Amino acid sequence: MNYEAVIGLEVHVQVRTNSKMFTRVAAGYGFEPNTLTDPVVLALPGTLPVLNKAALDAIIKTGLMLGCQIAPVCKWDRKNYFYPDSPKNYQISQYDQPVCLGGFVEIELPGPARNVMGEHKKIPLTRIHLEEDVGKLNHGASDSLIDFNRAGTPLMEIVSEPAMRTAEEAFAYLTSLRQTIIYGGISDCDMEKGQLRCDANISIRPVGETKLGTKVELKNLNSISFVRDGIAHEIKRQLAVVAAGGTLVQETRDYDGQTGASQSLRSKEMAHDYRYFPDPDLMPVKVDEAWKARLRAECPELPFDRQRRFLADYAVPYTITSVLVPDQELSQYFEETAKLAGPGRAQAVGNWIVNDLLRELGAAGLPLAASKVRPAQVAALVQLVEAGTVLNQGAKEIFTEMFATGEPPEVIADRRGLRAVPTDAGELEQWCRDAIAASPKALAEFKAGKESAINAFKGPVMKAAKGKANPKLVDEALRRLLAAM
Amino acid sequence: MSVELHYQTLVELATLLDTGRLSSVELTAAIIARTKAVDARVRAFNSFDEADALAQAAASDARRAAGQGRGPLEGIPVGFKDVISVAGQPLTASSKMLANFVSPYDATVTTRLKNAGAVCWGRLNLDEFAMGSSTENSAFQPTRNPWDLTRVPGGSSGGSAAALAAGEAVVTLGSDTGGSIRQPAALCGVVGLKPTYGLVSRYGLIAFASSLDQIGPFARTVEDAAILLGALAGHDERDSTSVKVELPDYRAGLGRRQAPWRLGIPKEYFGAGLDPEVAAAVEKAIAYYRGMGCEIKEVSLPHTEYGVGVYYIIATAECSSNLARYDGIRYGHRAQDAHDAVDIYFKSRAEGFGAEVKRRIILGTYVLSSGYYDAYYLRAQKVRTLIRQDFLNAYQEVDALLTPTSPTPAFKAGEKADPLAMYLCDVYTIGVNLAGLPALSVPCGFSSGGLPIGLQLIGQPFREAQLLAIAHAYEQAHDWHQKHPSL
Repeated sequence: MNYEAVIGLEVHVQVRTNSKMFTRVAAGYGFEPNTLTDPVVLALPGTLPVLNKAALDAIIKTGLMLGCQIAPVCKWDRKNYFYPDSPKNYQISQYDQPVCLGGFVEIELPGPARNVMGEHKKIPLTRIHLEEDVGKLNHGASDSLIDFNRAGTPLMEIVSEPAMRTAEEAFAYLTSLRQTIIYGGISDCDMEKGQLRCDANISIRPVGETKLGTKVELKNLNSISFVRDGIAHEIKRQLAVVAAGGTLVQETRDYDGQTGASQSLRSKEMAHDYRYFPDPDLMPVKVDEAWKARLRAECPELPFDRQRRFLADYAVPYTITSVLVPDQELSQYFEETAKLAGPGRAQAVGNWIVNDLLRELGAAGLPLAASKVRPAQVAALVQLVEAGTVLNQGAKEIFTEMFATGEPPEVIADRRGLRAVPTDAGELEQWCRDAIAASPKALAEFKAGKESAINAFKGPVMKAAKGKANPKLVDEALRRLLAAM
Repeated sequence: MSVELHYQTLVELATLLDTGRLSSVELTAAIIARTKAVDARVRAFNSFDEADALAQAAASDARRAAGQGRGPLEGIPVGFKDVISVAGQPLTASSKMLANFVSPYDATVTTRLKNAGAVCWGRLNLDEFAMGSSTENSAFQPTRNPWDLTRVPGGSSGGSAAALAAGEAVVTLGSDTGGSIRQPAALCGVVGLKPTYGLVSRYGLIAFASSLDQIGPFARTVEDAAILLGALAGHDERDSTSVKVELPDYRAGLGRRQAPWRLGIPKEYFGAGLDPEVAAAVEKAIAYYRGMGCEIKEVSLPHTEYGVGVYYIIATAECSSNLARYDGIRYGHRAQDAHDAVDIYFKSRAEGFGAEVKRRIILGTYVLSSGYYDAYYLRAQKVRTLIRQDFLNAYQEVDALLTPTSPTPAFKAGEKADPLAMYLCDVYTIGVNLAGLPALSVPCGFSSGGLPIGLQLIGQPFREAQLLAIAHAYEQAHDWHQKHPSL
């Protein structure tokens, strides 16, 4: 029997806000343990939560970018469970009235080759809700320490429908979701810092079956690659259990990305009863049209919309957009440069950015924002090359120096003598006459129709010009003279 | 002047302070002396810091001398129920769980009282985590009724009521979740007001049942209560359930001629279980209002009988979650022999909480459990809406309601061993919390045994000014509030 896998993802994303979700103390990463706390974070007796509007703005914006319905009224519920990283021993979350319903994440699957775009799909979402993050436990040999700096950080939970069928789709889903959220300025989505975390629900069923099989929840998928590998591993494991005549049990499993193995954490019988109920300390929130309109105006162009536009408007190849588009800042840099360079020069612009700029930034270990080379300089360089004012080899040298100094390319070309010469047409013509005169054989061949014979004159001309003549001008001058002979 | 300093009203003392005939240090020292003289018998206080109180009083005197007095509460010692946070003072909830906890921050009401110049005086006993009606559930000591030391002061704010009745404070703060201000006020012969839900910030009040809890004043007179309420009330951005409303001058409102009022008598509040002497005293009060020209009308609150049941579902559900934070991890009692996190939870909570608190946590955990939520919690919330609607319907016809506060005067310590019998003490007060309404208890007589009896006035949302005026009119014509227990 043929089986298919059914995969749904629950993605937690920390929302980047100045303060925590229910109190004024700062939110942040990398601070001394327990310095980002206050009586509310530590759940001291008598403290109360007050909602941070910026966190709500962020989730509404995310919902708008992902095509969700924004609920006209959402409310806050308490999810009750005891754990030392949870100061109140309940988490403020949203149970049955989340901020966002529906929506989808557009994904791109790998193409048949690196330079060919793959299939695009829309993975439907169930909901997105807002909740608060917990603290962090650090287990020692004989004791455990708790850092509450993270506790109370706003956290979005993005729940997909069980609509994915392969580990590759899950990988593409996470990649796209992450890019979109970064584009929206919602979060930096740094998985190493725990800003994006993913749990996967996986089941298998015979192809053609419409009911869902027994689901296994896979936890601790700490990188996008681990998500792909963990899901692939879990599908294999489930297929093997069924193939051996076994029965799958509903359970939560822990995937270890280092060893590539998983182990059971708890079975369905051990599942928590969270005793959700509406948080009496917080009022439901109404989100009206004006609020949504304000945030809609802040929503950026989505990555795949930008990709389609670049392909259509700039006619750049997929290999270039596939590097540019995932990076919002880089693609903006490209677009600014292409506009300055003028029509028909986008591909050259793209090549400079994707090949040279990224190489130099990588070698220097700098972010794009720190680049001294700005779009105006790249555009000027492209124009200089196209006009034949500098040669390709010279342009590469100019770029390297431009990266170091941030000077305009013309300045570097002049200082380094990289401008194509001579500019004096009379001198060039004399070198051409000399070259033709020195090779009557080639002249005869050319006259007889052998086009390539012209190259025999170019070497001596370039030699006379000490390599700095513009090949285009040399070619033009030679043809003009030869035609007159 | 025949009345001892410790039994004078806030208004009288404020005049003495204003006219320089008394300093805050003298007043505070008198209150301290009185407390030292009687509290071994009354046991209203969990703790107090004599030196700190005198230092605050000296600071107040200095402000006044510099012409920077802050109003009628300047220099007045205010007692705090030990669930309201004062930075640097113990905050115990009368529980072993918090026996050694000192709060690092001020409740919003504390900040407001400090801004009004008040002296934050000692910590007043209560039923553990405000769960009870007799202050016998305190983990530290039972408080006794100053009128009869063999009897309870009511609860849960028993310490706040008893301290006032015994002259150990000028005014005090309590909290009321199902009657915890009004019932002890009635049993101790003082005025106690539960404000409309949302009028006073809960920030810094140890939560029992968040949707029902309100902080409110205890005072010797309605006017004193009005002054204290004025200092406590107002929107607080730290409490999302506090409401932005225009605040009247409660004290100034008392003098305005507003009578006659239309007053409702809910028939469900005069049925079986009501002590005949309490009934007679309340009837006399009703007769007084009729006599002053008020329209007295019988009304019906048909869902009253469900009040106690609904209350013990909603309050316990909320408390089961609110008290989860007391886990022995970050602060509070931690069992000595626990060997891992789960063990810390089980042992610390087993040792730290008393029987009534555990009973309510278990009840609340049960009613929120998967499969029971709809039948209990959700249904209780629906009935709660009906109970509120009963009141709002009645207010179509009347301005306020008159009822007994407590079915009986103070009962004997140890008399109500059955929790259900204790729960029925709140039968007349619980509906008000479920409906979020303001209500106050004002003394309306004494039993043949010399025990105080309270009249409850229930008002419309955010109409505390009217409620106080109605109570004030009665108080002006009676002298119950001028009687004091002999200690």
